[in-house]
Amino acid sequence: MAYKFDFGAIVPHWELLLNGVVLTTELTVVGSVIGVSLGVLGAWARASRAPVISQIVGVYVELIRNTPFLVQLFFIFFGLPALGVKLTEFQAAVLAMVINLGAYSTEIIRAGILAIPQGQIEAAQSLAMNRVQIFRYVVILPALKKIWPALSSQIVIVMLGSSVCSQIAAEELTFAANYIQAMNFRAFEVYFIVTGVYLVMSILLRWMLKVFGNFLFERRNHV
Amino acid sequence: MSEFTLWDIVYNLALAARWTVLLSLTAFVLGGGVGLLLLMARTAGNPWAMRLVRGYVELFQGTPLLMQLFIVFFGLPLIGIDVSPWVAAMLGLTLFTSAFLTEIWRGCVESIGFGQWEASASLGMNFRQQMRYIILPQALRIAVPPTVGFSVQVVKGTAVASIIGFVELTKAGTMITNATYAPFTVYGCVAVFYFLICYPLSLYARHLEGKLRHVAR
Amino acid sequence: MSLVELHAIYKSFGELEVLKGIDLRIEEGQVIALIGRSGSGKSTLLRAINGLETINDGTIMVAGKKVGDRDTDLLTLRLNVGMVFQQFNLFPHYTALENVMLSPQVVKKLSKAEAKEVAEEMLIKVGLSDKMLHYPDQLSGGQQQRVAIARALAMKPRVLLCDEVTSALDPELVNEVLAVVRQLAEEGMTLVMVTHEMRFAREVCDKLVFMHQGRIHESGAPEDVFANPKTPELANFVGGLAGAA
Ligand SMILES: Nc1ncnc2c1ncn2[C@@H]1O[C@H](COP(=O)(O)OP(=O)(O)OP(=O)(O)O)[C@@H](O)[C@H]1O
Ligand SMILES: [Mg+2]
Repeated sequence: MAYKFDFGAIVPHWELLLNGVVLTTELTVVGSVIGVSLGVLGAWARASRAPVISQIVGVYVELIRNTPFLVQLFFIFFGLPALGVKLTEFQAAVLAMVINLGAYSTEIIRAGILAIPQGQIEAAQSLAMNRVQIFRYVVILPALKKIWPALSSQIVIVMLGSSVCSQIAAEELTFAANYIQAMNFRAFEVYFIVTGVYLVMSILLRWMLKVFGNFLFERRNHV
Repeated sequence: MSEFTLWDIVYNLALAARWTVLLSLTAFVLGGGVGLLLLMARTAGNPWAMRLVRGYVELFQGTPLLMQLFIVFFGLPLIGIDVSPWVAAMLGLTLFTSAFLTEIWRGCVESIGFGQWEASASLGMNFRQQMRYIILPQALRIAVPPTVGFSVQVVKGTAVASIIGFVELTKAGTMITNATYAPFTVYGCVAVFYFLICYPLSLYARHLEGKLRHVAR
Repeated sequence: MSLVELHAIYKSFGELEVLKGIDLRIEEGQVIALIGRSGSGKSTLLRAINGLETINDGTIMVAGKKVGDRDTDLLTLRLNVGMVFQQFNLFPHYTALENVMLSPQVVKKLSKAEAKEVAEEMLIKVGLSDKMLHYPDQLSGGQQQRVAIARALAMKPRVLLCDEVTSALDPELVNEVLAVVRQLAEEGMTLVMVTHEMRFAREVCDKLVFMHQGRIHESGAPEDVFANPKTPELANFVGGLAGAA
């Protein structure tokens, strides 16, 4: 006998789904803002004159980029309490996302910085700016502009990757899906619809990052 | 609670790591094959095939891998195909891999100038001959580094298969944790195993990239 | 006391010794032209004076004070010595006005209004009052270079170093930039410029320095140097230019 699909079975649980969407959004926003900031710092440190700092950041980047996000998440949520660091599900999820995105964006932003022509930096030096001033006024914005598409893709990847945070019972979208299918036994329908929701979210996120990038790099008069 | 030494933990993880490697290899090889077919379909010039492949890529790049695995795992039984976690994971990761690889390779093919297509067409070659003798050999050279680089993503992706119950490195880690109550050590070891698999691949990809850039100069 | 004094400056890039003991005094109000073949070390010397190249040996004194390798020394040096580059090097994400305002604001801590006043003054001086709100890529090469000059001037340096400021320009844009440099010279600005514009050098400069293989081979008043070169190298160099022209 053929299976009868019942996508309507998810309707009564729309509130749970909505909560999941909200939490996934929160995770993504908080994780991205802090994660990219960490990436800016990391990229700065990579270009630092102190080789030790640069190397430490390099090790961090390689460790994170060569292990799965899920394992990082488990390590933080289950492993850190052994050291006395107790985190809520949400905190652990955010921390994992920040650490993960921080490593990727360090590499991405570093590439942007390396693409800034040396002449720009020399001109700033000749104008008596110090390293911090040069980074802040001359380097970082054009560097971010160059790599904004790559950074945006990475943020979308992190948002989609957050679906495994359901495994530590952070109540994001996938957790909601798991919960609903456990109640109505309509696993396929629930996951199918939630997949669609993720797709819409990633398209929206991509679009918003583009708009935000346009705003950030827009030509406007600061004077 | 049974007595687990560090050695026991490492030994059991090593056993499980074989499945991680096997799943990665399978998904990478099969995904590469499917990706190649998709690439052909996309570059052959049929607008519908093009759109379809683009949608396919968009779908897999725009949704979580976990959802993709869930849909395969829960969807196939509905059409009468019973799947084990292994088959579901293999299938899901193959599709996932194919979407990413076809997109990477498309970029490589497109970076081969239009002049090469025109020149080979003017020599009377058909599409398959152009691909076979002119485009692919050139595209292949620039495609290797990012392809090796993506293999790291595949290995890391296999961790997600633990969630549908496939016992590989991560799942084994969870099971051992439940037996030992030593999550810090166990997940630390799990991470080290992944690192040992992935880091050489990353290094190799970077090495190839450097070599390519050197040649290009 | 000279404004800038160089004593026995040595600089190598790996094995290659590019500056082999340069002594040079830059007096207040002097306009110096630095000439010489490609690769003779002119740019390197200029960059060393601005602290863009760390020298291997020798001393640089600015206004009687030795420039050490502390960050504050470098700051003092650069507050006194401005530089204009062959490739303009304007900041692409700022307008002409912002390019000029930036450093007075962040380095000299002028208020926005003060910085703007200085910047406008300088941009008017270089003839760009109508281009202040343009971005670099909306300006011609000559205009960009004039913004770069205004940007350096806005820091009120006591010496301005110019490294082939017209070499990257289309021929028809060269004169508008040279006119600005000439005006600066006439106003009494201390200038050191690397140039291949010999006629300009002869008209504007009061000292000519000929560099050859990392050394100052000959120097003096332009008329003398051009009229009777003492060394065959300079004669060759001047003759080659005349022949090419
Ligand atoms: N960063 C560097 N690394 C290595 N070698 C350099 C570097 N900069 C300059 N050189 C070398 O130093 C020598 C002098 O260069 P410099 O740019 O000072 O010459 P120049 O007199 O300004 O020549 P041009 O008229 O072509 O501008 C050249 O042989 C050049 O190749
Ligand atoms: Mg030069």
